[in-house]
Amino acid sequence: MIAPRALALSLSAMVAALFVASLLIGPAALPVGESLAALVAGGDGPLALIMREIRLPRAVLAVLIGAALGLSGAAMQGYLRNPLAEPGLIGVSASAALGAVIALQTGVASAHVLALPVAALLGAVVAVGLILGLAGPRGSSLTLILAGVAISALAGAFTSLVLNLSPNPFAASEIVFWMMGSLADRSVLHVAIAAPFILGGGAVLLALGRGLDALTLGEDAAAAMGVSLSQLRLMLVLGVAAVVGASTAVAGAVGFVGLVVPHLLRRAVGARPSRLLWASALGGAAMVLAADIAVRLVLPERDLKLGVVMAIVGAPLFLHLIYRTRGEFP
Amino acid sequence: MSLLDLHDLTVLRGDCPVVDHVRLTVIAGECVGLIGPNGAGKTTLMRGALGLERFTGRSNLAAMSAADRARAVAFLPQSRQIAWPVDVETLVALGRLPWLPRGAKLGKADRAAVDRALHWLDLDGFRHRIATQLSGGEQGRALIARALAQEAPLLMADEPVAGLDPAHQIATMRVFADLAAAGHAVLVSLHDLGLAARHCTRLVLMHMGRIVADGPPRAVLTPENLAQVFRISAWSADTPQGPVFQPMEVL
Amino acid sequence: MQGSVRASSVIALLAALWVGAAAADTPRRVVSINLCTDQLAMLLAAPGQLVSISHLARDPRSSAMVVEAAAYPINRASAEEVFLLAPDLVLAGSFTAPATLALLDRLGVPVVQLPPAATLEDVGAHLRLIGTALGREAVAEELAAQFETELAALRVSPDHRPRAALYGANGYSSGVQSLPGQVLQAAGFDNVATELDMDGGGMIALEQLILADPDLVIGGSRYPGHSRAEDVPRHPALRELRAGGAGLSDADWVCGTPHVLQAVARLVAAREGLTP
Repeated sequence: MIAPRALALSLSAMVAALFVASLLIGPAALPVGESLAALVAGGDGPLALIMREIRLPRAVLAVLIGAALGLSGAAMQGYLRNPLAEPGLIGVSASAALGAVIALQTGVASAHVLALPVAALLGAVVAVGLILGLAGPRGSSLTLILAGVAISALAGAFTSLVLNLSPNPFAASEIVFWMMGSLADRSVLHVAIAAPFILGGGAVLLALGRGLDALTLGEDAAAAMGVSLSQLRLMLVLGVAAVVGASTAVAGAVGFVGLVVPHLLRRAVGARPSRLLWASALGGAAMVLAADIAVRLVLPERDLKLGVVMAIVGAPLFLHLIYRTRGEFP
Repeated sequence: MSLLDLHDLTVLRGDCPVVDHVRLTVIAGECVGLIGPNGAGKTTLMRGALGLERFTGRSNLAAMSAADRARAVAFLPQSRQIAWPVDVETLVALGRLPWLPRGAKLGKADRAAVDRALHWLDLDGFRHRIATQLSGGEQGRALIARALAQEAPLLMADEPVAGLDPAHQIATMRVFADLAAAGHAVLVSLHDLGLAARHCTRLVLMHMGRIVADGPPRAVLTPENLAQVFRISAWSADTPQGPVFQPMEVL
Repeated sequence: MQGSVRASSVIALLAALWVGAAAADTPRRVVSINLCTDQLAMLLAAPGQLVSISHLARDPRSSAMVVEAAAYPINRASAEEVFLLAPDLVLAGSFTAPATLALLDRLGVPVVQLPPAATLEDVGAHLRLIGTALGREAVAEELAAQFETELAALRVSPDHRPRAALYGANGYSSGVQSLPGQVLQAAGFDNVATELDMDGGGMIALEQLILADPDLVIGGSRYPGHSRAEDVPRHPALRELRAGGAGLSDADWVCGTPHVLQAVARLVAAREGLTP
């Protein structure tokens, strides 16, 4: 275990460094000093335009989305007491993507600013509700993963269907975006759409720390210690749906962040679910920033998807965790 | 002052009463042993009293707000769950949650309570060990210490000594008796009638959801009750070292 | 590469014409299964000569002759459907599905393939090629001459050539070796793609485009539904550059027909609207 303050400081420093790095990397090679000056000072020149309208929103979204995914992973794992619970793996992101795609293709999204994130949130609510209903109060790995596979497959299929039926010739090729996620060419508008939901939902999830700590001892002990389990569950569902829904609505479904980050940080926080919440938020921000930088450095001209990088890192770990928890399976 | 007050408490499973019109009062200073064969309703009685089961009748604990109840009673469930690999000190400190304002850190009094609980359960040397890596009995003691650290006036423990070695069984029962002597109250369910006879001030015998006997150990552990409820015979004696009770034969 | 494709297509065309000439002087039942040959055939064919055109010709997003197309039965370019129309000539593009073409060949249906137009000069050439295939050389010559005259009238050399970028879905841009690039050039613009070493078509990153600082960004028209691809040319960072910018829809430049003149005229107007 690392002292909480030292951990918070080092994670924050990492996020800050990666944030600046993210601002400095792009297809246009810009001088470092001048571009940072243009970012702060603004102005009409192309430099200020690139920094403020293209790179800043991208970096801010990476932080917000990374924090959202890390935090929601830690919260779901704390509630289900299972390290495999992760929004991307159990179909929450896929369902949010379905909600977003329906809103976009039916035109509801252009009718009202809030329609897109709300539709994604509703998709996520359905998935989280189904998962909690199917997996029960203490999610066994088997039901969790089976339910997740079914929900992901169904949501993915419907997303493909909606995009295939779209009158837009480009829509069908965007299935991969909704399933893998990307931050390319996102703008200030996307930040404005996602930020309120991620910040609000994040605050709700961070407030669950005490209840999740108590749940370490089981539902009965937690309830006897004054934790209202029904309220905890409701807040968890809404919080996860808000942050994952908003993230997915603007960046597609990015998997594995909520699996990898809590796993890497669990030991550092002494396995306390409450500390894991904020640590995973910071760690998730760092991880998505790093992945988004990698996407631009490795194959700059190919719009490599964020989810691909995360899966390359996350899937082996996922397999390892399944291997370790296989004793639970009948 | 009664710390536990149950009036006609009934818990139904379908149409079948698992706990049937129980009246029970526990006052400060008592260490009450809840005994009875498997399926007698001991666990359900405790859960019902805490409001964790749907019940009819009255329970002073279930009537309280969740926050008040958490300061009035510490509950140690039968299943020993430790979901995450936290260290023993962190685990025991979870008992202080009901006393901490939201977001506050452990204060001096909280730390003292945790230290006391660790010491009582002989866990001083285990403070920084990972709880999930301990043996079953050691985990059991750590969880008892967690309940003690809650320092509520009433402690309800469901089979806390099962799986502990003899020394720690005796030590744990001593801790409960000492707590009662210091003005707390303890309701502890257990199967070891010898421990119950030696360390409890009062025994409550349950059979098929009902309380069939309630009183000092000697008045409850009669040959008739033992034969009817447990279907055993036993040997008992008063010795200079206190009462001795030994189950002998299945009838 | 492109040159070789076109050369081989021309050879194919000549071979087909030779076969066609051997069978009959002029084809009487012509079926077109390509958007561009649809439009050229509608301009050139004698009454009753053109039997069917592809369904794309009726799509206002890609066709410049939707009104005229309503008068013809449409096909979906499947070999079976085309064969049942009993054509004595099929007009196809050089990128028509090879399987369809192979099947038509086995069924003994003569096919003429037309390559995509890459320059404004191709427009006149294609008119004459299809005119020859249809046995309507005179009409073709007249239309081609008219096109070249009108183009010459529009193609002025302004004192100041503003720098413009064509910027469509997914950040796709076109250089001077493409029909949209040629339209842009004819309208008196310099193409920003040239500065970025792009002659044909390709992607330009949003950042590179902004850094190139063009006077005007010309986007495509938007399809119904939604796509992220079409969000790229509408990124808020391009707001200023697109202000008052003219659009080029697919219908304007997908095919090399005399209709590209309308696009040239629109861009000339846009250039004149720019304050230097």
